[in-house]
Amino acid sequence: MSGAFDFDVIARTWRYLFFDGMAFTLRLTLFAMAGGIFFGTLLAMMRLSSIKPLAWIAGTYVNTLRSIPLVLVIFWFYFLVPYIGAWLVRSDTPIHVGAFASSLLTFVMFEACYYCEIMRAGIQSIPRGQVWAGYALGLNYWQSMGHVVLPQAFRNMLPVLLTQTIVLFQDVSLVYVLSITDFVGAASKVAERDGRLVEMYSFVAVVYFVACFALSQFVRRLQARIAIVR
Amino acid sequence: MHYHWNWGIFWQQSPDGDGTYLHTLFVGLGWTLALALLAWAIALALGMVVGVLRTTPSKWLERLGYAYVELFRNIPLLVQMFLWYFVMPELVPKGLGDWIKQMPPPWGAFVPAVLCLGTFTSARVAEQVRAGINSLPRGQRMAGTALGLTLPQTYRYVLLPMALRIIVPPLGSEFLNIIKNSAVALTINVVELTARARAMQEYSFQVFEAFTAATLIYLLVNLVVVLLMRYLERKVAVPGYIGTAGSTPAAGH
Repeated sequence: MSGAFDFDVIARTWRYLFFDGMAFTLRLTLFAMAGGIFFGTLLAMMRLSSIKPLAWIAGTYVNTLRSIPLVLVIFWFYFLVPYIGAWLVRSDTPIHVGAFASSLLTFVMFEACYYCEIMRAGIQSIPRGQVWAGYALGLNYWQSMGHVVLPQAFRNMLPVLLTQTIVLFQDVSLVYVLSITDFVGAASKVAERDGRLVEMYSFVAVVYFVACFALSQFVRRLQARIAIVR
Repeated sequence: MHYHWNWGIFWQQSPDGDGTYLHTLFVGLGWTLALALLAWAIALALGMVVGVLRTTPSKWLERLGYAYVELFRNIPLLVQMFLWYFVMPELVPKGLGDWIKQMPPPWGAFVPAVLCLGTFTSARVAEQVRAGINSLPRGQRMAGTALGLTLPQTYRYVLLPMALRIIVPPLGSEFLNIIKNSAVALTINVVELTARARAMQEYSFQVFEAFTAATLIYLLVNLVVVLLMRYLERKVAVPGYIGTAGSTPAAGH
């Protein structure tokens, strides 16, 4: 290690780190959260469905993806997506899919499994009588889910959903294995180019720590505020 | 689209001269398990200490435990890997740093990976230990004091034996997590199972066979651990306790 901590390398490159790297990380996190919660809720409804094959398919999917490492899932989708794309558009050769689209699909499909388990607990926390009351009022399945059960399930589970999103924000760093320029990827490129590994990785750690700590404090406060008094 | 399936690939020689592709995958599994088990030992030891700190009456010890947990929880595992692998040898005294950097190939990456995974998981184990101790009735701690036990004795003979039995199920899922998280070590060149599958894909171009095999191996390991945990849970269950400390779902993996 040559010399002392070099703050200058951060001053020189912070624009690249944040406007290229962090922008990618945040975009991916937000879109994956939206998609993950949407599909996660659908999966949770399937798992709790009285139609056995649906419950079985959703359960197998969720349990399988929850048993293998995210890194392996990232590799799977990275190679699988071009083939799925080719199948969809009936092309003979695997089609080219951009880094963002490919990793977005990966994280939506992966995090949906974790959001699913959270939403499943949320749905199960609603007394069964409320669903029956909905049916008694003449609501069908989708109406009683959409107007009675899910709004309350979301509210009960909001802190856990947000905490899972903080985990997702940290997980996104693993797209590094595909050499994508997310926040960590950008920092590692600078680190290798300028030989400033200590500075760059310490800086990245500090940024993540500040962001995640602040967010988790916010979630904690939110949890106290929205708790339903029963 | 044409993908040429070739399931016979597993019985072909891999170019790393180690035997068949199937054999290299199982060697990878060996590294995955070694990494996970060693890190688990560190995680349990440190996690128990930090978890106890967080429940002590001393405000400063409590804060110390809190800082520890938040530090390891709010930095991505990948970044922590880089910190242990690239940054730690530069920050320790020069002689020690040079010694770490000169460790022969598998160990130079393996040791930092074990330390990283162990400390990362210890923060999560600490949260479970804290939850377990806090789930006990307050009267147990008071009873310990009333019997004239010192604080360490109260922990040793009253609180921990109960708390640890209560938190066996959540600790089981943490153990599953540590196996999965060990795949992140491939970023610092530990050639564990996922890295071997990736290498097999690069050498043989049989992408989906390689990843299918790795997936099946992970599922199998998962199943074995789940069955062992179920047996252990039955063995140590406290009579009269139904739920566990962490029965509400927590985020994470």
